[in-house]
Amino acid sequence: MSPLPDPRLPAGPIADAWRRTRAELPLISPLRKRQLQVLVVGTGLAGASAAATLAEQGYRVTVLTYHDSPRRAHSVAAQGGINAAKNYAADGDSVQRLFADTLRGGDFRAREAGCMRLAELSGGIIDQAVAQGVPFAREYGGTLATRSFGGALVSRTFYARGQTGQQLLYGATAALLRQVAAGRVTLLPRRDVLELITVDGVARGVVARHLLTGALEVYTAQAVLLATGGYSNVFFLSTNALKSNATAIWRAHRQGALFANPCFTQIHPTCIPSGDPGQSKLTLMSESLRNDGRIWLPAIAGDSRPPQQIPESERDYFLERLYPRYGNMAPRDLASRRARELCNAGHGVGPGGRSVYLDLRDAIAAQGRAVIEQRYGNLLEMYARINGEDPYATPLRIYPAPHYTMGGLWVDYQLMSSIPGLFVLGEANFSEHGANRLGASALMQGLADGYFIAPATVTAWLAGHPTPVIDADHPACREALALAHARIDAVLAAAGDRSVDGFHRELGALMIERCGISRTAAGLRAGLAEVAALEQRFHGEVRVPGTAEGPNPELEKALRVVDFFGLAQLMLRDALAREESCGAHFREEHQSADGEARRDDSRFAHIAAWEHRDGGAEPIRHAEPLTFTALQPSARSYR
Amino acid sequence: MTSQPPVSPAAGPRRLSLSLRIWRQDSPEAAGAFHTYRLERVSADLSLLEALDQLNEQLIAAGERPVHFEHDCREGICGSCGFLVNGQAHGPQTATTVCQLYLRQFRDGATLTLEPWRARAFPLIQDLAVERAVLDRLLIAGGYCSVSTGQAPEANAILVGQEQARSAFDTATCIGCGACVASCRNASASLFVAAKLAHLGQLPQGQPERTRRAQAMQGQMAAEGFGGCSSNLECEAVCPQEISADWISWMRRESRR
Repeated sequence: MSPLPDPRLPAGPIADAWRRTRAELPLISPLRKRQLQVLVVGTGLAGASAAATLAEQGYRVTVLTYHDSPRRAHSVAAQGGINAAKNYAADGDSVQRLFADTLRGGDFRAREAGCMRLAELSGGIIDQAVAQGVPFAREYGGTLATRSFGGALVSRTFYARGQTGQQLLYGATAALLRQVAAGRVTLLPRRDVLELITVDGVARGVVARHLLTGALEVYTAQAVLLATGGYSNVFFLSTNALKSNATAIWRAHRQGALFANPCFTQIHPTCIPSGDPGQSKLTLMSESLRNDGRIWLPAIAGDSRPPQQIPESERDYFLERLYPRYGNMAPRDLASRRARELCNAGHGVGPGGRSVYLDLRDAIAAQGRAVIEQRYGNLLEMYARINGEDPYATPLRIYPAPHYTMGGLWVDYQLMSSIPGLFVLGEANFSEHGANRLGASALMQGLADGYFIAPATVTAWLAGHPTPVIDADHPACREALALAHARIDAVLAAAGDRSVDGFHRELGALMIERCGISRTAAGLRAGLAEVAALEQRFHGEVRVPGTAEGPNPELEKALRVVDFFGLAQLMLRDALAREESCGAHFREEHQSADGEARRDDSRFAHIAAWEHRDGGAEPIRHAEPLTFTALQPSARSYR
Repeated sequence: MTSQPPVSPAAGPRRLSLSLRIWRQDSPEAAGAFHTYRLERVSADLSLLEALDQLNEQLIAAGERPVHFEHDCREGICGSCGFLVNGQAHGPQTATTVCQLYLRQFRDGATLTLEPWRARAFPLIQDLAVERAVLDRLLIAGGYCSVSTGQAPEANAILVGQEQARSAFDTATCIGCGACVASCRNASASLFVAAKLAHLGQLPQGQPERTRRAQAMQGQMAAEGFGGCSSNLECEAVCPQEISADWISWMRRESRR
């Protein structure tokens, strides 16, 4: 039997398929729910909304997060907005259009039924968030305001200044804390989940390390939900929070969960570029800035004049030139690739020539400084703080940075991984964004998974699998504990003298070069050898000070980096095996004469789902074919 | 916001040397003390936390325990980071979390004294890290609208004026860093609580529970042993989100409703 499970896609037309599916899902009586224990790992949008909703429905929910408070999960940093097909702007938007934009944006590498469901659920998310008191931007008349966002021709993005993720997260975590008050959620902060516990191949719990005491703890349940976010930190310098990590999903993968499309990673075009080698992260500037900012580079390579001294005729507004229909709103991957190509050709500006200008001059002249300040004030303040330059007077300098990972654990239509009883939500799964995610769709997907999909499908799973919670001294728990102990002991035993960060920086530099905006077979093969060598050096040369007891942030980092080494190699393999260019995955061998991505639907219209094998054996690549009924794959054209 | 003159790329970043006088304490039980460390010729384009990263690299290489400080997003929004820099919560720059504080704010040769939030409500964990779980307990007491998933009406059925939404946002923007508590001589959580009450109390969605919420959260604040407000306004001065202390007066009126 193939280990690729049935994706449980709905039969019949995809429109309304989720409602039909949900109508058939089994239910559980309220009394019975009170006896059922569910574990949720992560308190971002997906985790907090799922945990709150499951608790509202009566389940006993235990929530683990590495933060001291659920409010700090990285969803908090999402700036721009959340899409919903409400058509409030009366500009012709519809569920069908949001569906089509999502599927096209993902370059036909996502399941159409999932994209349709996401579009159908999008409106309800806004309703829920508003009812919670999320202070979205409003029109004078008191109705909700919307704006248009990268890659979209309609105005369907709801926002709360430049802090939409923060406000949506506070709505979801407030709902979660309300359930803590009701006694239905046990909130366990400062826990790193280090291992998944399975019995007969079914997920039954996790092993977590208490980050203050260092104690390893066992938590068991009838269903386990991972909502642990993405893995952009494999690149070290990314827009992610520094502690965002892949450990929970990677350990689940090692226990048998298939990992889908790991090479689909998004590079965001509008980030504050890197300067000093000691820089610890790249900060995103919401691409909503592209609504009013014009992106340009000096037309003459090597032009080192300050931007104000470069006359209009010697400025190359390259996105407007190349994509006249979309201009500066061209999709993220195209914007990123063009920026990199021009910087490589010597047109780049700033330290090392690794940035492009995003110029608000014309917008300020046309609309006035007050309007721009109201729209982007907090973003521009942040830029000035980080960069020390005044963005109202000097064009901003931006450069692409790893931002979001479309890949993740494989899940079926019900968000269950290939390990029964293990559900994966939000960025941690691979689902609806295909090979590229539309701007303002991450918040939508995390909340659709958490508020609406998982509560229904987890219930269905629990209804059909009435097994009791296992004891904490079950052999499977002891085995998982032993695995976690062994990994901790191994990194503490390393007798080198180099810091974890040093290795992580090296891994990141290597991955951005080999597996970043642009990829080649030779580069990916070289990358595989380089990561393996680096991993080996890490185990010999790293120094992790301190012990397993008590707080030890260096130990936390070391355990995360070890898992990034494994994941990095899988990303390289996946990028190598996918002999086409699609969405954010650009293989230089697969492009047209004028440099456009060349997708290969005859060979690669599928999801790649990787199976881990023990003992250093090569992982196995499975393919789940994608079929399209509602919208036929077409070559993407933004020209 | 302080703007700096543009640095020409050719000139390269300004470099400076700093003395970091840092509170080191192994555990809540252990005795703590200041230790002074030197950072030589570091780029002024580094953030203070990145400077601490560099210091930690040096400590690790020397076989010493690195300095423990809380951080995560490093872009001023998660609220994890926070300690006193020369006695000021989050340091000298207004409207700025310590992760967004760049070394270009300091003079070459400066000494920076870094110490943890000092408040009974925030027990020390290690070095510059403290436990702020109490802030969540204040929210658990009532910082929400009681609406379960699926109960929401159509979003545009609830009208909120643009100004009203903006004002609610200005209070909802609190990141829960605890600087207001740490800088208050009474260690009061008044600004934190007032911000949440004002966020929900200004919106139609928050009206049904408005009185109960105000009583519950203020009751919890008293039960947790936070001091009262004596209008020194330090909280407002250090708040990275610039939440106005006027909301504390608003909160007082709220409890008399």
